[in-house]
Amino acid sequence: MSIAEKVGAPRIVPTRGIPYPTGDPELDPEQEHAWRRRLLETALRALSTPVKQPTVFDVEEDAA
Amino acid sequence: MRVVHYLNQFQAGIGGEDAADAPPQLHDEPVGTGRLLARLLGDEHEVVASISCGDDHAASNPGLMKEVLEMARETGAEMIVAGPAFGSGRYGLACGRLLAAAATEDVPAVAGMHPDNPGVDEAGAGVVVAAGASTRDMKESMGRLAAAAVKLAAGETVGPDDGRVGRIPRLTVTADKRGATRAVDLALARLAGDRDATEIPGALFDVVTPAGAVEDLSAVTVALVTEGALVPAGNPDHLEAARATRWLPYPLDGVAALPAGDYESVHGGFSPSAANDDPHRILPLDVARELEEEGRIGGLHHEYLVTAGNGTAVPNARRFGVEWAARLHGSGVQAAILTAT
Repeated sequence: MSIAEKVGAPRIVPTRGIPYPTGDPELDPEQEHAWRRRLLETALRALSTPVKQPTVFDVEEDAA
Repeated sequence: MRVVHYLNQFQAGIGGEDAADAPPQLHDEPVGTGRLLARLLGDEHEVVASISCGDDHAASNPGLMKEVLEMARETGAEMIVAGPAFGSGRYGLACGRLLAAAATEDVPAVAGMHPDNPGVDEAGAGVVVAAGASTRDMKESMGRLAAAAVKLAAGETVGPDDGRVGRIPRLTVTADKRGATRAVDLALARLAGDRDATEIPGALFDVVTPAGAVEDLSAVTVALVTEGALVPAGNPDHLEAARATRWLPYPLDGVAALPAGDYESVHGGFSPSAANDDPHRILPLDVARELEEEGRIGGLHHEYLVTAGNGTAVPNARRFGVEWAARLHGSGVQAAILTAT
């Protein structure tokens, strides 16, 4: 269980690293931008979804 | 005693969230729940006035409670009674700050709120008694608050038996057993299955009820907030790198992207080099602007809020949360994306 779940954050989108929650320095700039886009799309999906307890929203593999 | 009652816009009957930005207002008789307080205080004490204030207004202006105290003193107040604020963070912050202001001027004051309310921490050594989680518990909570006020007026000590919570002054007492014996007793109790026995209660984490889902994101303003300590280059406002005691707002009006060199992360808990090479790794403004342009969200809020989430004291973190919520709510923001490092 992640720290975010343990402390009770209601809507959680897991990312790839503590120093870069909305990025990934391993990727080239274009790919990294696309990854950030997918993270925010997932965040919007989370905001639109009713939750009753800490809920993890993973980035969908097939999302462009 | 001449008592002045502080209460929020709901309890004063002024309005709901639509009136959350109402400024402090003096009523020359008890209003709303103040009438219940007046009855419970009995004949020896008189509620000479109520002062109401909207929750957003009160929580967003840390210095405001000094003015409220001044308003109360002008009515000849000899004691302040605030709340009960129940589990409402904004209302609780206001009550806690009013107690802290009253303490600096030696005006007796007491507030009621849920033990998890962040306002308990704001009250410092002020007298706070427990209230229920919501207004459903009004009768019992106001009863406890009034009883504590009567005791305080009589110059008596309000303690744990009266429902007092928060920073309770420590008294020197003589225990019937010495420390080594008590420690072994606790160890034996633990071995026998008692998981709760302790002489030093740990910090409690409160449970936050999730906000409802946003029905139509294309119609709402969304804010970006972060604890990743991303600030303008040079950190002009000196945000702390660790154990932050404050947070800062920075404008995004007319800002399309965050170029490297213009912003930096001053977070002390990780190497900021990745964030400094591309600040969008902490604050995803570039993509948020795309979503705004495409109409996926109604709009992006005109500022971002930032602190450093690094060894932050829980009471400060809870206060930041309440203050952020009040500031965003007061600006019409209906959803926020928090990037956490």
